[in-house]
Amino acid sequence: MESKVLTEFYHLEDYKTLKGYQSKGGYETLKKALKMKDQQIIDEVKAAGLRGRGGAGFPTGMKWGFLPKNGEPRYLLCNADEGEPGTFKDRMMMEKAPHQLIEGMIISAFAVGSNKGYIYIRGEYNYPTRCVAEALKEAYAAGLLGKNILGSGFNFDLDFYRGAGAYICGEETGMISSLEGDKGQPKLKPPFPAIQGYLKKPTIVNNVETLASVVHILRDGVQKYRSYGTEKSPGTKLFSLSGNVVKPGNYEVPLGYTLKDLIQIEGGGIKPGRRLKAVIPGGSSAPVLTAEEAMKATLDYEGLASLGTMLGSGAVIVIDDSHCMVDLLGVLTHFYHHESCGQCTPCREGTGWLNKIVHSILEGKGRLQDIDLLVRVADNMKGKTICALSDAAALPVLSFVTKFRDEFEFYVREGRSKVRGTAYAEMHH
Amino acid sequence: MFKFSESGLSEIKNEMKRYETKESAIIPSLYIAQKENKGWINADVIRGLSEAMEIPESRINEVFKFYTMFNQKPVGKFHVQVCTNISCALEGGRELFSYLCKELETHENEVTQDGRFTVSKVECLGSCGTAPMMQVNDEYYEKLTPETAMNLLRNMK
Ligand SMILES: Cc1cc2nc3c(=O)[nH]c(=O)nc-3n(C[C@H](O)[C@H](O)[C@H](O)COP(=O)(O)O)c2cc1C
Ligand code: SF4
Ligand code: FES
Repeated sequence: MESKVLTEFYHLEDYKTLKGYQSKGGYETLKKALKMKDQQIIDEVKAAGLRGRGGAGFPTGMKWGFLPKNGEPRYLLCNADEGEPGTFKDRMMMEKAPHQLIEGMIISAFAVGSNKGYIYIRGEYNYPTRCVAEALKEAYAAGLLGKNILGSGFNFDLDFYRGAGAYICGEETGMISSLEGDKGQPKLKPPFPAIQGYLKKPTIVNNVETLASVVHILRDGVQKYRSYGTEKSPGTKLFSLSGNVVKPGNYEVPLGYTLKDLIQIEGGGIKPGRRLKAVIPGGSSAPVLTAEEAMKATLDYEGLASLGTMLGSGAVIVIDDSHCMVDLLGVLTHFYHHESCGQCTPCREGTGWLNKIVHSILEGKGRLQDIDLLVRVADNMKGKTICALSDAAALPVLSFVTKFRDEFEFYVREGRSKVRGTAYAEMHH
Repeated sequence: MFKFSESGLSEIKNEMKRYETKESAIIPSLYIAQKENKGWINADVIRGLSEAMEIPESRINEVFKFYTMFNQKPVGKFHVQVCTNISCALEGGRELFSYLCKELETHENEVTQDGRFTVSKVECLGSCGTAPMMQVNDEYYEKLTPETAMNLLRNMK
């Protein structure tokens, strides 16, 4: 069943306005937080076990703890680049509850001692940007942002920045490069952003959902927050459910919820006359699960890791038996090849090769040894690059080819899709 | 020769003051430039921007070429971008793209003869739960069928 913590009031049209948000207790938690000690807030976030919702699942309180303790100026950046294919939750959060994000950012900024923040929003998100811009204006007018917030003596300025179309700007150091007015190319770590980030100053980057969650941890207390989810993956999480289900959409459920229930109860099941074939459980970079694996999966960090995949951004992509896995892998290899920023040779060359090989199979020119070649190329792309895009491109390939090898072999032998019966050139018209 | 309008120039000046460094204003200013140059950017526009911002052309060019939302070629009055990434592919995004090209008698990234449309493929736009979808200029259109999409396009003013 859904457990609406973050999304409790999302159905209310005026929740996006300051008045509507405040009528449901909005900014009350900020008042409380401003009376706490900064370290006390960090401790609560740690105790709640909040993990980053942007993809990597890194413990938020621990990340905040990496900041230098010397009071040097620092930035708080919200990652609203949301580019991981299958993910559309941050968009909804900005459209329905921009003040929730703003409140979460003010509290987080107070906790980490930052006086300046930016929300980096992907360029295509025009409407969400307008919602955030409007909410920022309201917050400034009400003295919730700027100097001496609510008479506390704490100053925090917050603005937004629009990206311009590049998946790699979702990677935190790519985002920092972009915000600095540069190509969105990731930077070598260490130094990590907490030590040297935006304009070489200590910087915290957190996802929209992570920052919004901070409000609810402080509002309800650690114990209540931990009453949702599992011991190691506490809390609720938004899952973006898409693909071949009857009712796609964003659903907030406790971590540890079963994938089966998400698909069958929230998603209304697979479309009539079709059967479940596969699920990508955490955005396009997460290794694919077979239907059988999917039916045993739980949606928490550990549960998905135990099946060799990951929770990622919480994008659950459901694939039914009318689709060809060779064809779908071609979609993914094209994407990663297009989005590689080109700095690292294994990634630049590797994504190109993967895409070329899959498409040569799709065009009926594949050889059986190409299937193993895909595995070799993908293996060589792992763990050697500046950022995780290279691994993200390799993982789907390895899982598709291993788990659906018969479809690849059939395609090579017959020059057409086992599922569709036709060749690529005739599909999709 | 491309020239910025007065209001365009003042918008650029504002962006240059808005962020911590003036370089951060390159992306926002490219958006302003693109709007003032019928939806695309060429060397002449970059020159104008370089002058307005007092930042070398090469520096601006680098940024311009990196981001897909800046068009390096002319586009039609309505730039139709169809998502063909995974969730949309599962629900007919590629079929939608082919259908629109056929109906509008055009090919990927070309401008139709009447100058009204350019149809492009794009990566995930965060509408995966309302697939298939297209973006036309700034707006999203979701849960489309080829027919509803074509109707929307025919009626665009
Ligand atoms: C290629 C790539 C793309 C990413 N895209 C996003 C994104 O769109 N949104 C996001 O929040 N994190 C994204 N991340 C993760 C960020 O690097 C970073 O871990 C995250 O924003 C940290 O916030 P969190 O700890 O609150 O999750 C991406 C990472 C990689 C490697
Ligand atoms: S791994 Fe790929 S995307 Fe990441 S920095 Fe290297 S080339 Fe760029
Ligand atoms: S896959 Fe098309 S909008 Fe996300």
